[in-house]
Amino acid sequence: MFFSFRRSAAVLVKEFIQLRRDTVTLRMIIMIPVIQLLLFGYALNTDPKHLPTAVLSYDNSPTAHTVIAGLKNTEYFSIEQDIHSEQQGQDLLRRGEVLFVVTIPAGFERDMIRGQSPDLLIEADGSDPVAAAGALSAANGMLQRILNQELTGPLAKLQQSPPAFKILTHRLYNPEGFTRYNIVPGLVAIILTMTGIMMTALAMTRERERGTMENLLAMPISPLEVMMGKITPYVLIGFFQSALIIIAASLLFGVPIIGSLWLFFAALSIFIVCNMALGFTISAAAKNQTQALQLSIMILLPSILLSGFMFPFLGMPIWAQYLGNLIPATHFIIISRGILLKGSTFIDIWPHLWPLLVFMVAITCIAILRYRRTLD
Amino acid sequence: MTIQAYAIDVKNLTKRFGDKLVVDHFDVKVPKGKIYGFLGPNGSGKTTTLRMICGLLTPDEGEGTALGLDIRTEALEIKKRIGYMTQKFSFWEDLTIRENLEFVATVYGLDHKKQRVDEALTKLNLATRQKQLAGSLSGGWKQRLALAACILHDPQLLLLDEPTAGVDPKARREFWDEIHKLAANGLTVLVSTHYMDEAERCHAIIYMSYGKLVTQGSVQDVIQGAGLYTWVVQGENLMSLAATLEKLDAVKTVAPFGDSLHVSGTDADSLKAALTPYFDNPAYDWHQESPSFEDVFIRYMADAEDNFLAKKEAG
Ligand SMILES: Nc1ncnc2c1ncn2[C@@H]1O[C@H](COP(=O)(O)OP(=O)(O)O)[C@@H](O)[C@H]1O
Ligand SMILES: [Mg+2]
Repeated sequence: MFFSFRRSAAVLVKEFIQLRRDTVTLRMIIMIPVIQLLLFGYALNTDPKHLPTAVLSYDNSPTAHTVIAGLKNTEYFSIEQDIHSEQQGQDLLRRGEVLFVVTIPAGFERDMIRGQSPDLLIEADGSDPVAAAGALSAANGMLQRILNQELTGPLAKLQQSPPAFKILTHRLYNPEGFTRYNIVPGLVAIILTMTGIMMTALAMTRERERGTMENLLAMPISPLEVMMGKITPYVLIGFFQSALIIIAASLLFGVPIIGSLWLFFAALSIFIVCNMALGFTISAAAKNQTQALQLSIMILLPSILLSGFMFPFLGMPIWAQYLGNLIPATHFIIISRGILLKGSTFIDIWPHLWPLLVFMVAITCIAILRYRRTLD
Repeated sequence: MTIQAYAIDVKNLTKRFGDKLVVDHFDVKVPKGKIYGFLGPNGSGKTTTLRMICGLLTPDEGEGTALGLDIRTEALEIKKRIGYMTQKFSFWEDLTIRENLEFVATVYGLDHKKQRVDEALTKLNLATRQKQLAGSLSGGWKQRLALAACILHDPQLLLLDEPTAGVDPKARREFWDEIHKLAANGLTVLVSTHYMDEAERCHAIIYMSYGKLVTQGSVQDVIQGAGLYTWVVQGENLMSLAATLEKLDAVKTVAPFGDSLHVSGTDADSLKAALTPYFDNPAYDWHQESPSFEDVFIRYMADAEDNFLAKKEAG
């Protein structure tokens, strides 16, 4: 394999000139993000259940256990771990491993018996407001009822003297529960998947369909050079589109940007290269532009449906989560929500950054290996 | 690199697509500085052969060299030194003439890029159209652009695949003048064509049919080697005569040329015997001529078809 920057740049210049003359594509590059942002700016409504929850219990009383069982019975909460410090709870929330942290204060049962109405704290990851909303209202209603049924014996009198305890809910990161906050980082991922994969796949199959591939192959230029030259313009377009979405989102919807933009754009670069390499691989498999489009859509649909863009990822069935984890968009959505809405740091996003890196390297290798050096 | 007499020297080239044998143990030798014409009916495997020589297709069998470089292992080096003009126009239609040439110049890493492109534009009379999109050019101008682009890097060998298909006679003429100028400077050319006049402008021709070599050599050699005898007849109602003559065993081909018919066969005596009954007819005027290249060409085409049909029936 040999690489010359000059030859790669020649392809890049050619690609830019062709793109400049393709006004339809140019308009799409700008219009797709804007239109999608406006469309998805409206809340998507879903009612996910079995959301991962951590419990921090300072009270080991039967009543505390009843409360936890009650939460489980609402079917909204899936209690996966018991934790032992507030810091641990905060970390889990920030990394997106749980959506809720339930804290039962020390002396919960005792205070209840004394009629002091202790607080039951539920902290929710509000950056996924759709997921949080249903669960929180269920917690409020159902818990009260279940307690009324379960409180028997010496506690029975508490049924009459309201309230036995108060549920305090606390949304972190996105206190107002604005769905569009949540949509914006996801939208960046989806738009990039859409334009990235499709445009790269089309750019390559177009050469084959128009017969110019034969000419390109007859020239002394290596697959890597062609690929770099072809991909770079679309990487730049990807950055442009992301910037457009973020600026529009903060101007139109007042979406706050809490984390580091540098970190965001670093992760973005990796994600963009993943998509380009995917597009390149598709173009090696597709015979013409129509096939390339169909294959792109086959990747695009799961990226929309299984990545946590449409439906809260942790609310999906386990098998769907496994599938979703194989999609780059899934990881990038968690990363970008983390950075933009929660101010996640490098350490926080690492669990989702390395799968992206692995994906990028693997798919780039496949793309280069699959590139046909001959017309065979 | 050792001094090589042949710019192209390949043996036993074989290519299958699926179970279809497209090129069948085919040998080509083209001496340096010569123009060789590559002839044969459509689908006979000319394009496939040219693609194997320049490394665009991997031969299933066979080996050889182009410019002394192994076509299997040194494709990259070969690509740097040859110019290949594809059968179908394959430059970028949404780039201008100039942009296309500049792209080629950059990929080949030419020095003085701007100057080289300017020269190429002037040489092929493209200078005034350099800002025009390649897609908006007519056939003749597209061919010129393609030729300009494949000789831009001063290749030592040109492979041209039907470069003048659909080009008007004047443009064809200019194209060939250019090719001869290049060959005079030592360039070797292998050009596929369907035109007789173009074949006659070549130093030698290679005739291919159904993937196999049929004949090769200078036009004179090929005509003589064909062992063909031709009678020319002029007169009234030639078409009905043609229909009658075609049925005769000794007659291989009957081809109308303007107001005359060329009747050819492979055996002089039996052809004459077969035609004698018609000599006395006052409506016709007969004389014998040495066969033209076209007569020979038509005969090879007819032969190839017969063989193909025979093979089909057998198989
Ligand atoms: N990529 C390919 N796949 C399958 N068949 C092919 C391919 N390229 C050429 N052929 C077949 O091989 C035969 C020879 O084609 P070609 O070399 O283009 O002939 P020519 O240039 O002499 O007209 C044709 O029958 C054609 O259909
Ligand atoms: Mg051909």
